[in-house]
Amino acid sequence: MLGAVLLAGVPVVAVTGLLSYVAYEPSLGGNNLIGDPGLLDFYVISWPTSPGWLYTLTQGLHVTGGIALVPIVLVKLWSAMPKLFEWPPLRSPAHLLERVSLALLVSSTLFQFATGILNAQLYYPWRFSFLAAHFYGAWVFLAAFVLHAALKLPTMRRSLRERRLLDELRRGLAETTPETGESGLIPAAPSAPTISRRGVLGLTGGASLGLLVLTAGQSVGGPLRELALLAPHGRDLGSGPNDFQVNKTAASLGITSAQTGDAWRLRVSGGSRPLELSRAQLLTLPQHTYELTIACVEGWSTTQSWSGVRLRDLAALIGVEAFDELYVESVQRGGSFRRASLSARQANDRRSLLALRVNGADLSPDHGYPARIVVPALPGVHCTKWVNRLEFKGSQA
Amino acid sequence: MRLRGYGDGPLHLLSHVAALALAAYAFTRIFAGGQPWNVVLWFVGAVILHDLVAFPLYTGLNRLALGRGRRVRPVNHVRVPALLSACSFIVFFPLILGLGDGRYERATTLSQDVYLGRWLLLCGALFAASALVYAVRARRR
Repeated sequence: MLGAVLLAGVPVVAVTGLLSYVAYEPSLGGNNLIGDPGLLDFYVISWPTSPGWLYTLTQGLHVTGGIALVPIVLVKLWSAMPKLFEWPPLRSPAHLLERVSLALLVSSTLFQFATGILNAQLYYPWRFSFLAAHFYGAWVFLAAFVLHAALKLPTMRRSLRERRLLDELRRGLAETTPETGESGLIPAAPSAPTISRRGVLGLTGGASLGLLVLTAGQSVGGPLRELALLAPHGRDLGSGPNDFQVNKTAASLGITSAQTGDAWRLRVSGGSRPLELSRAQLLTLPQHTYELTIACVEGWSTTQSWSGVRLRDLAALIGVEAFDELYVESVQRGGSFRRASLSARQANDRRSLLALRVNGADLSPDHGYPARIVVPALPGVHCTKWVNRLEFKGSQA
Repeated sequence: MRLRGYGDGPLHLLSHVAALALAAYAFTRIFAGGQPWNVVLWFVGAVILHDLVAFPLYTGLNRLALGRGRRVRPVNHVRVPALLSACSFIVFFPLILGLGDGRYERATTLSQDVYLGRWLLLCGALFAASALVYAVRARRR
C-alpha cells in the first residue's frame, strides 16, 4: 500500500524537479550552475510563460509534495527494516547486486529529501554545491528507484490483491492477524499486535496530511498562508504595498544606496541605438500593470500587482526587432544570481516587465528598487532585482 | 531461466548493472562539482543515521512505551501525537532550532525565533487532543 502511494508520488516529485531544471533555461548565457554539460542534463522544451502559475504549480508540487511524502517514506523504510538484518548477508552474486542497489536507493532517498528540505530552509551544513548534488543525486535516486519499482511491481500487485484496502479498513485491532508467507519481511514469531493495519495507514496518511497543511499555504497564498505555521515563508508581513515575502534582502547582498540612488542608470544594449536611462526616464515610457507571481525554487510564492516597462518595448526602443536571448545583470557584486538570461519567448511575453512599482508604490530596496525583472512562470531567482544592464543578444535590427 | 553461479536470471543481472552504471555516472558528475568526500559522507552518513541511530531509537522508545503486561490500548494515544510531533520536527528542525547562522533572518527580514514556540505549541495541542480522546474513551468504558 505504501509502495503504491510512493509509486504515484515519487514520479510527481521527480518530474517536477527535472522541470525546475528546465525552467532555469540552463543553455542560455550564465544560467547553468551545475558544471559542464554532461549526458544527463539534457532537456527538450523551452520553458513557457503561460499559464503564469506554471512554475508555482510545478515547484509547489515538488517541494510541498516532497515534504508530504516524508512520513510515507519513513514508514516504508520501517516496514522494510528486516531486510537490513537478513541472514546470511550474502547468498549469491545476484543477492550482492540487489543489496548494493537497495543501499543506493535508501541512501539516495535520504540524501535527496534531506538536501531539498534543508535548502528550502536556507540551512547548508555541507560543503558541496547543492544544485549539482541535488540534480545528479536525483539521477542516482531515479536509477535505483526505477529498478526497485520494476522488480517489486509483481509483489506490490500481489499484496494489494491479497489484502484489499477496503477489507483492511474494516478490521480493528481485535481482527488484526499476523502476515503469513515466505517473504523475508514477515516475522517468524510476531508479538501480539498493538495497532491495526488501518491504524498504521491512518497515522501515516494523517502525518502526511498534517505536513501538507503545514506547508502548502506558503505556495498557495491567501488566507492559507498563515496555516503554514512551520514553513519558512508562511507569514503575513503586513498590509503595505511592499509587505510581502522577500528572499535575499538588499542589505544581505551588500546593495548600497549609492548604487541604487540618483546616479543609477540602466544600460540597454544590443541594438543600433544603445541607451542609458535614468529611473525618471523609464517612468516616462508606457507603463503596464499585471498581476504576476514570483515563485521560488524553495517552494513558496507570492502574487502582486507589478507595474513597469515591457521588456519588448525596451528592445524596440533601442532598435532591436528580433533577438535570441536577453542577458540581465544586477548592481549586485557577488552571488550566483547577480545575472540571468531570459529566452526570447520569455522576454517577448506582453506581461514580461522591467518593474518599477508594485501595488501602486515604488519598489522597496528589498524588492529590487530601482528596477527588477518580473516574468510570468519564471523561477523567482531569475526575476533579477536591482537591474542595471540589459543586453539583447543575437539581435537583428 | 537462471544463470549458473549468479543466483538469478539474465534480466536481473542486466537491469542491475544498467542501473548501477547510471548511478555511478551520476556520482562522477556530483564529484565533479567539488568536495567528493563530503558528498560520500552525506550519502553514507544518511543511511547510518537512519538505520543505526534513528531506527534503534524509535523502536527502543516504542518498547519503552509498550511496557510489559499492560493493556495495549493506551500506547497508541502516545504513539499518534509523538509520531506527528516527530514528523514535523524532522522536516522543520533547522527553523525550529534556529540553525543556519542567521542566514534565514538576513535573507527574509523575518525572525527565526517564532518557530520553536510554534512547534512546542503544536506538540502541546497534539498531546492534549490525544489525552482528551483517551479520557473520553476511558470514561465510556
